Amino acid sequence: MAKMTMVQALNLALRQEMEKDDSVIVLGEDVGLDGGVFRVTDGLIDQFGDQRVLDTPLAESAIAGVSIGMAVHGLKPVCEIQFSGFSYQNFHQIENHAARLRWRSQGRYHVPMVLRTPYGGGVRALEHHSESREAYWAHTPGLKMVIPSGPRNARALLVSAIRDPDPVIFYESKALYRAFREEVPDAEETMPIGQPQLVGEGKDLTMISYGAMMRPTLEAAAELKNKDSISAEVIDLLTISPLDEEILIQSAKKTGRVVVIHEAPRSFGPGAEIVSRLMEKAFYYLEAPIERVTGFDIVIPLFSREKAYMPGTERILRAARKVLAQ
Amino acid sequence: MPRKTITISDKIEYLSILDENGQLDKKLEPDIPEDVLLQLHRAMLLGRKFDERLLNLQRQGRIGTFPPIKGQEASQIGTVVHLRPGDWMVPAFRETAAELWRGRSLESVLIYNNGYNEGIDIPEDRNDLPISVPVGSQILHAVGLGWAAKYRKKDDVAMTFFGDGATSQGDFHEGLNFAAVFQVPVIFVCQNNHWAISIPLSKQTRSKTLAQKALAYGMPGIQVDGNDILAVYAATQEAVARARTGGGPTLIECVTYRLMMHTTADDPKRYRSDEEVEQWSKRDPLIRFEKYLLDKGLFSEEKRNQVEAEVLDEIQAAIDRAEKQMEALGDPMDMFDHAYADMPPHLKEQKTDLANELSESAKEGKHG
Repeated sequence: MAKMTMVQALNLALRQEMEKDDSVIVLGEDVGLDGGVFRVTDGLIDQFGDQRVLDTPLAESAIAGVSIGMAVHGLKPVCEIQFSGFSYQNFHQIENHAARLRWRSQGRYHVPMVLRTPYGGGVRALEHHSESREAYWAHTPGLKMVIPSGPRNARALLVSAIRDPDPVIFYESKALYRAFREEVPDAEETMPIGQPQLVGEGKDLTMISYGAMMRPTLEAAAELKNKDSISAEVIDLLTISPLDEEILIQSAKKTGRVVVIHEAPRSFGPGAEIVSRLMEKAFYYLEAPIERVTGFDIVIPLFSREKAYMPGTERILRAARKVLAQ
Repeated sequence: MPRKTITISDKIEYLSILDENGQLDKKLEPDIPEDVLLQLHRAMLLGRKFDERLLNLQRQGRIGTFPPIKGQEASQIGTVVHLRPGDWMVPAFRETAAELWRGRSLESVLIYNNGYNEGIDIPEDRNDLPISVPVGSQILHAVGLGWAAKYRKKDDVAMTFFGDGATSQGDFHEGLNFAAVFQVPVIFVCQNNHWAISIPLSKQTRSKTLAQKALAYGMPGIQVDGNDILAVYAATQEAVARARTGGGPTLIECVTYRLMMHTTADDPKRYRSDEEVEQWSKRDPLIRFEKYLLDKGLFSEEKRNQVEAEVLDEIQAAIDRAEKQMEALGDPMDMFDHAYADMPPHLKEQKTDLANELSESAKEGKHG
């Protein structure tokens, strides 16, 4: 057991899976000698060599498309797209092929690849380096879309993603990469994909979030407890798609009041899907309209204005109190 | 020196062995066993006759839209003949003759063209991928497959097919570049059939050849007469041998012509002249190969007719089998199969919803 940042925890997951299984291949831009621009793949090339850690040409479509071929052959490629803002250059490979080859080939082939990519704002980055576009992937049948919220679950989920027989899009929050440390066990740990986690029990309000937004959500829950004597139930989705609604419905039925928080733009975002499902399956238990706290439907601003764009504790508290007041 | 000349190769080979009049260049004639020559001919004829029959069925409304291959048989058979079962063939969507050579059944083509993905039929002992519709996107999969074969220390190769239009795509560039950098055993077969729907080659590129693009990636490239199966055979033999022995990828440009429409939904008269099509009809790959076989004494008019009769019987039998097989298909619930390894809860729910709707409709006597 060691205290690790998310970067270190992800590195541990890759290292252990690569030690265990020679079909695990890491590829991407600057993932070898440089160890990845965020150092997630640091040292892997020294341990496993350049046959298993490929510094590829600067070509996102190739990184994804070649990974598909490798995966069909039986390898387990874990490719890195340096920033999710560049992953749209390979979106067609994922949508047209990775997500469909199992179906198209009638089950003869499948694509056990992972596409890791940093997402999200809050790190004063350049344009194209701060988006949160998980809805694109979550909307694509045949994919799984995972977003961890801390070092320990990031490590466990990445191991599960690598072993998953279907393609997994794995978003890593840049804001969380080095934000805090957690105890991460040396021994192997996995987490089921497709299962949200109840991270705090409560009876007055349900707060649903994931990824980097878990921190302000938990801060808001703590403040509600301390200042408003409100006990909020907090759910960390961890997997955006396939979305397992069971725990969300149970919680909504219990509290009757729900706030959904994400930094992705609001319209057609994951929050819209969550609210829809709760309307379909928990409507008669709701005491108030569900609130969404999200990014706005605009290009995420350059970093001087970024703070106002990102949902923070204040905005979450305002929405929670509005829901609680009704 | 502020400005100097960097010498790079500015030459690319063109290979033609059996010209459009059936004249043979004996020095270049590949040594192909007689039984293989006859197999090649049969496969080309099967491709041609099946294509004609498919068009006929499409016009009768018995199958849906499909992309005819007529005129491109030599480019497909002369290349794919060099693959072993364990190699990977990664087709686009106009490689029916090559797919049949690799063991895809005629009835599977019919079933697929009738809108059932049960028609994606990859024989168990073959490693081929199903057809890929987005132009050029499959090129990268061949690179990944070839890379994996090399990583596993196998001497398997990957062969991918695409057209002249695909060379304008980013994935063409990314795929060839990646394959060259990592010396991946891939054979890139460009069937330059001169037309990408209505766009002629001259609007696709200013390059004199497509093969020359290989030079920029640092791999061998060759342009061959794609309607000359001997030239296609010889060039591919070299490329496959090189790839198998660690020599990396090759780009082969087969200069051929799409004698028919892009797909049956298209009318080529809108964009090209009958004269042009007529010119290319004179370069028919099948006619000149038959002349070669006749000249070689492997063939006679009688033998040709016998093969054609066999092929037509084979096609008719496949149509009968396909129509029979399709009677058992069509359960809409099957559309939920093969989405994921394990069906997630939300899909189970959607599947149940549809099943309930369909059974209610059936009870009410409605359709759909």
